[in-house]
Amino acid sequence: MKVKVLSRNPDDYVRETKHDIQRVPRNYDPSLHPFDVSREYTRALNATKLERVFAKPFLASLDGHRDGVNCLAKHPRSLSTLLSGSCDGEVKVWNLTKHECVRTLQAHEGFVRGMVVRHCGTSFFTIGDDKTIKHWKMEAPGYGEEEEPLNTILGKAVFTGLDHHQKNAVFATCGHQVDIWDEQRSTPIRSFTWGVDSFSSVRFNPVETELLGSCASDRSIVLYDMRESTPLKKVIMTMRTNTISWNPMEAYYFTCANEDYNLYTYDMRHLENPVKVHIDHVSAVLDVDYSPTGREFVSASFDKTIRIFPKDSANSREVYHTKRMQHVICVKWSADNKYILSGSDEMNIRLWKANAAEKLGVLSPREKQAIHYSQKLKEKFQHHPQIKRIARHRHLPKVIYHQKNELKVMKEARRRKERNVRKHSKPGSVPVVSEKEKHVVSVVK
Amino acid sequence: MLLYVNAVKLPLFGHFHQRPVRYWQGTEGKTKDDNKTEGQPEQQKRQQNRIKKKRKRDEQPDGGKKVISRRPVRYWQGTEGKTKDDNKTEGQPEQQKRQQNRIKKKRKRDEQPDGGKKVISGKSDPFPGPPPIPKDKLEKFKRKGKIQKPLQHHYKLKDIITRSEEASEMAQKQAARFDLLLPEDAGFLEGDEDEDTCMISQEDIADAVDITSGAKHFNLKLCQFGPYRLDYSRTGRHLLLGGRRGHVACVDWQSKQLMCELNVMESVNDVKWLHTEHMFAVAQKKWLHIYDSNGIELHCIRKFNDVLRMQFLPYHFLLATASATGFLQYLDVSIGKEVAAICTKTGRLDVMCQNPHNAVIHLGHPNGTVTLWSPNQKEALVKMLCHQGGVRSVTVDKTGTYMVTSGMDKKMKVFDIRAFKPLRSYFLPTGASCLSLSQRGLLSAATGDIVQVYRDVWSTPVTKPYMAHRVRGSVWGLGFCPFEDVLGVGHGEGFTSMLVPGAGEPNFDGLDTNPYRSAKQRQEWEVKALLEKIQPELITLDPSELGYVDRANFEQRHQDRVEALGFDPLGKEKFVPKHKKKGRSSAAGIERRKRQVAHEDQRDVIRKTVEDRMKLEEERNRMKEKKAALSGKRSALDRFKK
Repeated sequence: MKVKVLSRNPDDYVRETKHDIQRVPRNYDPSLHPFDVSREYTRALNATKLERVFAKPFLASLDGHRDGVNCLAKHPRSLSTLLSGSCDGEVKVWNLTKHECVRTLQAHEGFVRGMVVRHCGTSFFTIGDDKTIKHWKMEAPGYGEEEEPLNTILGKAVFTGLDHHQKNAVFATCGHQVDIWDEQRSTPIRSFTWGVDSFSSVRFNPVETELLGSCASDRSIVLYDMRESTPLKKVIMTMRTNTISWNPMEAYYFTCANEDYNLYTYDMRHLENPVKVHIDHVSAVLDVDYSPTGREFVSASFDKTIRIFPKDSANSREVYHTKRMQHVICVKWSADNKYILSGSDEMNIRLWKANAAEKLGVLSPREKQAIHYSQKLKEKFQHHPQIKRIARHRHLPKVIYHQKNELKVMKEARRRKERNVRKHSKPGSVPVVSEKEKHVVSVVK
Repeated sequence: MLLYVNAVKLPLFGHFHQRPVRYWQGTEGKTKDDNKTEGQPEQQKRQQNRIKKKRKRDEQPDGGKKVISRRPVRYWQGTEGKTKDDNKTEGQPEQQKRQQNRIKKKRKRDEQPDGGKKVISGKSDPFPGPPPIPKDKLEKFKRKGKIQKPLQHHYKLKDIITRSEEASEMAQKQAARFDLLLPEDAGFLEGDEDEDTCMISQEDIADAVDITSGAKHFNLKLCQFGPYRLDYSRTGRHLLLGGRRGHVACVDWQSKQLMCELNVMESVNDVKWLHTEHMFAVAQKKWLHIYDSNGIELHCIRKFNDVLRMQFLPYHFLLATASATGFLQYLDVSIGKEVAAICTKTGRLDVMCQNPHNAVIHLGHPNGTVTLWSPNQKEALVKMLCHQGGVRSVTVDKTGTYMVTSGMDKKMKVFDIRAFKPLRSYFLPTGASCLSLSQRGLLSAATGDIVQVYRDVWSTPVTKPYMAHRVRGSVWGLGFCPFEDVLGVGHGEGFTSMLVPGAGEPNFDGLDTNPYRSAKQRQEWEVKALLEKIQPELITLDPSELGYVDRANFEQRHQDRVEALGFDPLGKEKFVPKHKKKGRSSAAGIERRKRQVAHEDQRDVIRKTVEDRMKLEEERNRMKEKKAALSGKRSALDRFKK
């Protein structure tokens, strides 16, 4: 007779002293782990719920301005520095880690219309309602010295937008026309006009650095090449565009914030139709900024909310609002892809997390692993109705909620009417116009 | 290092006489080679290599065969083909041989002095590449089949699928590799020549094995309150005994430590551990009671009356009870709520088991049927006619593939419950009153006062039992201990713990069921298990159904929606004419407006039918044309036409 009976030595399975870690022998045999799908689903559901529980995006409010914040500028070299300009002509430099203002200067009379930090990070430019462009040093003046700009240029008309070239000592302004300036000269080296009287924003392309985009008050978006004397092309839309922002990774895409509550992502090469129409705001969109990864962008709206859109989705993935935040005028995505900064009408700058449920600070490896695991689970089960519903749910202020529903009803009514008109007209005489085609009037080259 | 310089650099300068030489290469061969290789183009060199290879083979006394025998062999390869028949590698000799050949070729290439320039010490890796994984192990950890590749232009989807497939393949391989390293092996019992294993007595086995294992065979003589029902906890450390006449005891049976003992002063129908060894449920004469391991009554649940049998679903935290009144009830023990109460309308329910694979409850009935239940449905999921005469006992194996039933017709039958098909039928002279399946698929059947254990009841027709043991008094409860080679038998005279080698799963998973867990580990496990408690709605016949894509089309979905809402959200409302003022809403006017709308609807219908007819007509025409075109050709059969 040959016999063997299971006999385990407990010493192989328990720790020797209480200072050791517990021994955990594993056996991955699937038959010892039944209900794997259901258990994973439950885990995914829990992870989704916890994500909503931990979604606390608001970090800090930077107060100190005495009027609405009109423009923000990121520092290209320092993550902790932020510049803000307000409607009373004051510019403040902030230290974001300490949440405090490190420098205040009275830059202009009237609004500060635009602000940009030079690519080296040692100086910055501001423009204001007093028709001047001022060039400032980044360092605060020493004790006893007076706060004075390095250089002041007096323009002929009011400037409304400003952007600096990525590498060269060249910057662009817009107002009556789009001007390209050399830092050393007091007159523009080049001016572009295309039968328009007023531009609202100008932006350099971050990759093809000689390209510019601007939006004008005649509802057009105009593209320029700095090396040529005439503009490249423009697209005219049904409503006015407020700001544009280039995608830093795929720099042939840009997104524009429109007065008709939508954002439009265009491919620079095909302006006939936008690549995507981003709908969710319930009032005019005032500012837009891309994340440094180019996968998402943030938009600020007159409806007192900030929304985050994935670049190829029509609806926002996130909406931020507080009771006290008024019309959001400017918004920036920080260069480390972690934070969002918004400046609003009621004189505050707010610091938000880009990922609402993210845990800040140093994570232990186990925490990291757990986060990755739950992320993967959420991704795996994202289409299950229960999980989708929880992950998608956002609380909205009552006003916005109702307005959203109202807009939905209006849109549906318009669609229904169009459908009825089509039904009662000659076949083909009322064509179906898609949402993308609806908002573009024409493209001029 | 110096050798490296020699091997790599010198040939570049043409100093071929210093090239390192293999010991089997003769000196004359070497010089000959050198003369030829100097400054030759690539193609010629390759040709020479081939010649060299051939020569090398010739130089060896056995014509190159010796290279194979000299190769070091890994422990799992054994000396196969000659002496050992390793069942792991047996399944795939063809593939392995091919792989070996490839390795051989590669090695030979490496051994070429001017081919393998990367060799540092001159010695090549005897085991290049990752070790092969036995095919059966890989099959064990296979989770899904290959996904059909999408079309070429879905490049993003294709990328995602490729990546996920790579990941799952890697996981499968890792798990299979890990499986090779598991520390314990299953037990076994083999008789000598012309010795039946069923003739070996328990005492002989207990004497033959080590002391700790031998101590696992014992008898508890409890003749006062018997017969006994029993239940082992999920980790296999604790044993719960419930005597018919009210005696309830829980024991840490390996250390023989009594945790509590009480007499409930009522008849006890069944006992069951809940999720930990700190709580157990006792089905008493009238109500269901829950006690803790100190014997303190925690709850008396009056909603559950006349309970005869119980099953605990550990991943759902559900206690399923079958009562004498024909009710199947589910109690969620984590929140203390009754989840479902189903009136089975089949009379007294005293045969019950659970399918551990999908948490479906199987009930046996006096009319010979076995019914399958989930808490989500008021009707049985499946009704199977299994026996002529009543069903006496049912049990389902761990993987949820086989169900074994025994009936009053003295038969024991094996069913495949994925296909609901009978597989085998055995005749037992006295019939089996209790059945139980172990983790490794041993079947124990109690026939009167004899406990028989069978092996492989579903794959091969069994003629005699693997083991047999006679106890005192008729058997009342039967259960294998998880992760141990032990079968517990509750009978009229008490309790017997039998040694059944090969019954238990040798390697447990420390994060799921750990027999050696500390109090802290148990607490942590409890929290984790409660967090991932599966909702009772997810109990279905196929537990992986949740992972499939719902391919319902719009109509089906719409139908579901209509059912859920109770009305059709997309349905056309009936036209109600608006009430107009100033006398314009006369009855005639209303009627006229109504007729207008009805007329419009009718026109729509007509338009649609006309369009459909046109389409049909067109199709018919096309077919006709096609036929005409075909008939224009002369066929061989045309000569029969008049």
